[in-house]
Amino acid sequence: NLLTFTRTGSSCTVGARTASAGSAAPGAAPGAALTRTRGTGSAPGSAGEPPGSDRTWMTSCSPSLSATPDFFNVKELFTLKDLFDARVHLGHKKGCRHRFMEPYIFGCRLDQDIIDLDQTMQHLQLALNFTAHVAYRGGIILFVSRKRQFCHLVESTARACGEYAHTRYWQGGLLTNAHIQLGPGVRLPDLLIFLSTLNNVFEPHVAIRDAAKMNIPTVGVVDTNCNPCLISYPIPGNDDSPAAVELYCKLFRMTIIRAKDKRRHSEAVEELRRKAEGN
Amino acid sequence: MGGRSAAVMAAAVGRVLRLCRRWGAGPRAQTLRLICTTTAVHRKNAGASGPEKYTEAFIKKQIEEFNLGKRHLANMMGEDPETFTQEDIDRAIAYLFPSGLFDEQARPMMKHPNEVFPEQRKIQWGEDGRPFHFLFYTGKQSYYSLMHETYEKWLNVQKHQDQLIAQDLPVQKEKRNLAGSRWLTKIELEEILLEKVSDDDYSRFIKLLQKLVALPCADIEDKYIQKFSREVPVQLQKVVIEPLQYDERGVAFSTGEGKRKTARATAVVYDNGTGKITVNGIDILHYFPVLQDREQLLFPFQFLGRIGKHDTVCTVSGGGRSAQAGAIRLATAKALRSFVTEKEVEFMRQAGLLTVDPRVKERKKPGQEGPRRKFTWKKR
Repeated sequence: NLLTFTRTGSSCTVGARTASAGSAAPGAAPGAALTRTRGTGSAPGSAGEPPGSDRTWMTSCSPSLSATPDFFNVKELFTLKDLFDARVHLGHKKGCRHRFMEPYIFGCRLDQDIIDLDQTMQHLQLALNFTAHVAYRGGIILFVSRKRQFCHLVESTARACGEYAHTRYWQGGLLTNAHIQLGPGVRLPDLLIFLSTLNNVFEPHVAIRDAAKMNIPTVGVVDTNCNPCLISYPIPGNDDSPAAVELYCKLFRMTIIRAKDKRRHSEAVEELRRKAEGN
Repeated sequence: MGGRSAAVMAAAVGRVLRLCRRWGAGPRAQTLRLICTTTAVHRKNAGASGPEKYTEAFIKKQIEEFNLGKRHLANMMGEDPETFTQEDIDRAIAYLFPSGLFDEQARPMMKHPNEVFPEQRKIQWGEDGRPFHFLFYTGKQSYYSLMHETYEKWLNVQKHQDQLIAQDLPVQKEKRNLAGSRWLTKIELEEILLEKVSDDDYSRFIKLLQKLVALPCADIEDKYIQKFSREVPVQLQKVVIEPLQYDERGVAFSTGEGKRKTARATAVVYDNGTGKITVNGIDILHYFPVLQDREQLLFPFQFLGRIGKHDTVCTVSGGGRSAQAGAIRLATAKALRSFVTEKEVEFMRQAGLLTVDPRVKERKKPGQEGPRRKFTWKKR
């Protein structure tokens, strides 16, 4: 039984994404600076500022997101078959369906929603590409998940990439009141990755709203019972099966490591080039 | 801050005086009200910041300065800079800067920067702003990293167990003796982690440790578990039963001491006797005219079935009639332990013959006639 899809759901999420990308509140966290320079950076390989300068947070010698849509070649990391084998297409029952997830649902079999893997592929590629760009520019990435089952896995993944994780009880003002709770002069995360957007009581995680308030872009795996609004790069997919979550962790880990390696490589090349010019 | 406030006050006063002159000169000389504003109004509304943070470089510089200062101090006092200990520093400072202040904390002191600047106040991120610890953004990085580590050990043990089962090997379960050990207290945990731990967090951590210990193959992670368990000094002292002694005639005897209320007694029980009991050199029939007291004295012998077999010589002082009888009963029971098997000693203990009676006279309270008796209540 195929669903009749509503267009409103999809336009809502697209609108949210472009809104968060385009907005740049004055005096906001460094995360905003990232979105401001999106699409205005120079082509890859050409030197803007030398890599060793002070402004390590947003260097202009970085690939433009619009010029080369897949600079880090994230497409090769996964295939549709991998997603299918990891049970990413399995959603919850029809009764748990969230209204805004209807555009991403392929159909419903025996009351269980099936997520459209073609759309998932596109969204996953966009999300991984964005993550890679953030990691390339030395941004702080925070993995968030409130599923107890995968708490250890997510923390290990974050540690393996050299990034940060928060899979515990979220204290209210962590992002919005960071200068008091975490100390004055703290640097906030530049990207939040949600392996599951719901918390333990099946409500949207507070961090989604707080990240939107603080102009921090978010990437999130949204299941059929989740609300994809306010997430900059939603990835419709299963967030309950261990196989699926392990796949996501593996993909994020590989993209971040790949991006960081590329950064180190290009910085080394720059160094050699400057030395050669100096001589 | 003080200079700023003084300048502001001066400006305010100047303003008031100028106003005063203007008004005094006019046709209507009004009484002047001095409006003083405090610096609080002028201070910008800054939110309360958390505790001050110190950088690594700052701490290092402080340590260098401290070491240099220590050597200078040693030279000043004419001592050897190499062997100048903290106590010498304290003495030197107390000598050079004598202070009459009462509070020890307020007097001048020179301590190593690690003691002055607490560990947790150091800034937790590097120059580029990236925090050092991967769980920094949780707020309680040490506690959660501890939970993460412990869970990892639990997973290791599970994996090892699964491997053993897969190879059809027996999964050992030797009973680890947990009687002599206890888990860390919350305060000890806080000292280790250098951050505040709530009661719920602490209980959750202990539950996780217990879960880990309950697994059959938990012996692999014994070293890790030892870090969180402490020895408890064994409270039970095994009561040593003294062996029999022999006097010049070759007769076996044993001594015992007993007390009851304020009475203190010692008893010497001889073997091969006729059941004669002497108290303070007087026969019991004359010393204890009341039957109840004599029954108390005979109870240990009657319990063991050795009524006509032992002679007893006792000394007792203090207390009253009944208290002395109870004291001697305890003393003879203790003495009889040496003549008797361990099983019978256990029977005596269960019968209450070897327990000191803790009841003493309760004190009188003010506003009452006795320990419990209240004054007569009169309606009017």
